[in-house]
Amino acid sequence: MLSLLAVLAPLAGAAISGLGRPFLGKSLAIAASIAFMLVSAAAGIGALVLFIHAGPSSPSGFATTTLPIATWISVGQFTPGWSLRLDMLSMVMVAMVSFVSMLIHLYSAGYMAHDKSVPRFFAYLSLFTFAMLMLVTAANLLQLFFGWEGVGLVSYLLIGYWYERPAANAAAIKAFIVNRVGDLGFAIGIAMVYLVFHSVDFSIIFAAIPAHLADRYSLFGTSFPALEVIAFLLFIGAMGKSAQLFLHTWLADAMEGPTPVSALIHAATMVAAGVFLVARMSPLINAAPVAMDAITIIGASTALFADTIGCVQNDIKRIIAYSTCSQLGYMFLAAGLGAYPVAMFHLINHAFFKALLFLAAGSVIHAMSDEQDIRLMGGLARKLPVTWVVMLIGALALAGIPPFAGYYSKDAILATAFNTGTAIGFYGWACGTLTAGLTAFYIARLFLLTFHGASRAPKHVQDHVHESPAVMLAPLIILAIGAASSGILLRADFIGAPSTAFWGASIATPASAMAAMQHHAPGLAASAPLLASLGGLLLAFIFYVLAPAAPMRLAQALAPLYRFLLNKWYFDELYDALFVKPSLRLAKFAWHFADEQVIDGIPSSLAALTADASSQTVRLQTGSIALYAFIMLAGLLGFLSLFLWVR
Amino acid sequence: MNQAGFPILSLLTFLPLGGVFYIVTLRGTEAEIARNARFAALWSSLIGLALGIYLWVIFNPAIPGYQMVETLPWLSGIGVEYRMGVDGISLFLILLTVFLTPIAIISSWSITTRVREFMVAFLLLDTMTIGMFAAADLLVFYIFFEAVLIPMYLIIGVWGGERRVIAAVKFFLFTLAGSLFMLLAIVWIWRSTGTTDIATLLHTRIPPAAQTWLFLAFLASFGVKAAVWPLHTWLPDAYGEAPLPGTIMLAAVLSKMGAYGFLRFAVPMLPQASAVAAPLMFTLGVVAVVYVSYVALAQTDMKRMIAYSSVAHMGVIIIGIFTFTVEGIEGALFQMLSHGVVIAGLFICTGVLLARGESLSFSRLGGLAAKMPVYAALLMLFSLGNLGMPGTSGFVGEILVIIGAIQVNFWVALLGAAGMVLAAAYMLLLVRKVLFDKQAGPARASLRDLTVAEYAMLVPLAIMVLWLGIYPISFTRNFAAPVQAMVAAHVAALAPTTAPATALAMVTTK
Repeated sequence: MLSLLAVLAPLAGAAISGLGRPFLGKSLAIAASIAFMLVSAAAGIGALVLFIHAGPSSPSGFATTTLPIATWISVGQFTPGWSLRLDMLSMVMVAMVSFVSMLIHLYSAGYMAHDKSVPRFFAYLSLFTFAMLMLVTAANLLQLFFGWEGVGLVSYLLIGYWYERPAANAAAIKAFIVNRVGDLGFAIGIAMVYLVFHSVDFSIIFAAIPAHLADRYSLFGTSFPALEVIAFLLFIGAMGKSAQLFLHTWLADAMEGPTPVSALIHAATMVAAGVFLVARMSPLINAAPVAMDAITIIGASTALFADTIGCVQNDIKRIIAYSTCSQLGYMFLAAGLGAYPVAMFHLINHAFFKALLFLAAGSVIHAMSDEQDIRLMGGLARKLPVTWVVMLIGALALAGIPPFAGYYSKDAILATAFNTGTAIGFYGWACGTLTAGLTAFYIARLFLLTFHGASRAPKHVQDHVHESPAVMLAPLIILAIGAASSGILLRADFIGAPSTAFWGASIATPASAMAAMQHHAPGLAASAPLLASLGGLLLAFIFYVLAPAAPMRLAQALAPLYRFLLNKWYFDELYDALFVKPSLRLAKFAWHFADEQVIDGIPSSLAALTADASSQTVRLQTGSIALYAFIMLAGLLGFLSLFLWVR
Repeated sequence: MNQAGFPILSLLTFLPLGGVFYIVTLRGTEAEIARNARFAALWSSLIGLALGIYLWVIFNPAIPGYQMVETLPWLSGIGVEYRMGVDGISLFLILLTVFLTPIAIISSWSITTRVREFMVAFLLLDTMTIGMFAAADLLVFYIFFEAVLIPMYLIIGVWGGERRVIAAVKFFLFTLAGSLFMLLAIVWIWRSTGTTDIATLLHTRIPPAAQTWLFLAFLASFGVKAAVWPLHTWLPDAYGEAPLPGTIMLAAVLSKMGAYGFLRFAVPMLPQASAVAAPLMFTLGVVAVVYVSYVALAQTDMKRMIAYSSVAHMGVIIIGIFTFTVEGIEGALFQMLSHGVVIAGLFICTGVLLARGESLSFSRLGGLAAKMPVYAALLMLFSLGNLGMPGTSGFVGEILVIIGAIQVNFWVALLGAAGMVLAAAYMLLLVRKVLFDKQAGPARASLRDLTVAEYAMLVPLAIMVLWLGIYPISFTRNFAAPVQAMVAAHVAALAPTTAPATALAMVTTK
């Protein structure tokens, strides 16, 4: 019941702050939203604590219970209900989401204080939290899809929150449509699940998997294992939501939204939903080895790809956004290898340190009068001491430096990849290690350019620099504590020896992945990621402290490469030329030519022909009685002879 | 037979006619007549709504066939009776009609010329529409089906926009041309079976050779009404030029007549021909979804974009019907209801702007979110319903149709579902152009947010969008029995000649 409270409280908060605005006034509406969020966080964490305190229900681990609320759809055998699936996976997610969301609600009270329509902002944030909690607690695929689309919708609304800005509008629509492309795969995947299993309930699907291992599905004239097809389709959905390679283009643009939104939606929670989906569907994914390989390859490639872009960007939020993309790649890399617990471990750690980084960046932007270009910052360390400390913790956690959170999970992911001993695993390890170096480099670059050196900001901006108010700093400090400690605290339960019992039946980890996960990688392979990270930090230190002219010279020497990366591998331009422009041209063509001229043209010309014929016929009416009489006579004769002849 | 104890269906059907007589006899000044006519129409529609709800309450969902049947001798010389009845399929179309009629009448407050005549035409339209859905006899159905044309033609042609006459004539000729084929088909059916009773005809086998021709005749008629691609080009003109109440009834209710016809006659009476035609219908449906969505994307006028989106959604309904699966057909039915509610909401949203002297051209709209927040929220909700957001009505129908379609063919499901992406593209474009972007033209200082009358129209629709989306079982439980019976009959009818439809499915279990 506590979990239900945790899920529904944000909905109540959203309704009150959204609909009650005219009656409540601004501050009361905000207060209601925050109060319900506090209830939700308390209930979410309380539920997890009680759940763990109650202990495993059986030797195989913690129990799974389903809490039905109401029927939703019931058509034929298609009967997805509104119900919550409560197991370790969902309880951990509920606790994390409600907790982080509560902190971000608090932070927003300070960050958005000067905005005109804050209650709307809070209503959206709470609604988002509700949708995200519905997503993670769903007991069937369709309810998960409800939450999935719900978070996508609120993400759209919040990216476009400042709707007077054309860039924000464009980014919002882009985010929604790119996500919908992924969701198309997801929806078809759900339909396929129903086709194969005659149900979309997780418990029924998972129980029936052994019976359907040999099912085949024919597509493109060949037959594929049905479960592979499903896994691929669901993964396409996950790729869209988690901004993986080819469907990643929306995430950086999504930074047009207010910074707390970037922290909550585009870093800690929503974008991780793809990883959650893969973990949730782990019993099915395990039965699709080809799809798993694809997940690892896409994940590893995204990690490296996004980092190459992150290295050269100048917008503080976009750099962090690309790092999000890349960290999600790590999670998929692990999930594709079957090491779902490691992916979840990184997901939770990432939620802390990435929310922290974004909120700290927000604190910087707040102080810098909304400036986001790190080339125009510098020297903020002394003026923003708290922000400096928490940003340092977040940066080190992201860079994977012990004892901060990111180190443990990243290290575990790469060790698992190496230990699997397969070519795919090695590819993941190699990409991941390179990525670790690049990540350390650009986060250090961001940190050094922002906080150290001489200030490059205009005078009037410099004068206004001030540390953020306590309501913003408190969440930062709490998140910093999380980012510093979650790795150490959660390590044993999440991926250590007790992890089998801890996750119980909520995640199905293959035995081989379990073994790879719990062993250390040998020698150099184990230390390589950390060495790469340290190397990246060192390089950033050389570039931005010791020899500040070096990066410029390097960019000039490798100008084509630099431009290629700066323009994000030209993906936007490519998609624009491949999809957007042809679609719009096709749309105009379909309307003006095909619809108006061809399809409507046929009946219209028929009508014209009729009118024409009648005006021609009119000319026969000359008015001469003699002529009429003659024609009548001729006709009569003609018919008479015809009848006589035919007889 | 009749649970109500009185002829509820005939009462529902002819109640608006009573309103017509009352309005015709009104006396007084122009303004008094207008006012009284409006209120008389509104009251008669509200009584109709109350009767409709009563019908829903006493309706027994367990019976697959007709209930509350009423028969009266009529044309007994040729074996035709006046016969009315309702089953789970027609129940909600009747309810949709009586639910939308008061809303449409409130929206007709904007009509200021020839108010009395308008209300007469509108109530006549109401009678014909309900009668058409309640008819349990083919000839009675046909008469109502055709009679709908007359008031609608007048509504478009007299009270429409600038190009109203062309639009009205186009609408009339398109639908009439289609319907004549249906008349031929009905005459043929009557000649060869000796009855026009729908319930009897459902159990009468029609030779497959004749079925093809009959199907084509029905296709011509229902296809035009449902605006199946490529018979849809009358629709944007008619929707665009009709006055707001006319557009609401056209888009929300009359477009369902075609789909209802397919579901009521083409599929159950002509199983073989329907099965043969299914690939054709899928193609037409998919083309409607994909191609018409593209056309919608190119529109520069709010009303026309919504009109084209309506055609695209009819494609989904057609796909659902011809899957011959319980999920697909129930999805199609659900989509009919959802589409009716959502499209009515969207068109009323255009009316709200017109009432404030706004143009509907995107180039002259924008920035309304700040000036009219409640309007913005409601337009957003209807847009989300239209693009199939889970939690709104649009999603339930769409996912059921996808689930039905995938049992037949993967590509039909995929392309049908591609409408989700395209609908998102054009609806969000619409929302952006109307609500968000800065207004391009000269901005007005202030715009009034919704008036009481506009709340009265939009809030019930918004509630329905959410109710249908969150708790659809209130509705689906009533059409489960007839749809299951229909699918079972269809499979049984096909069994001796061809393999059942499920054999087309591409999944194989070893």
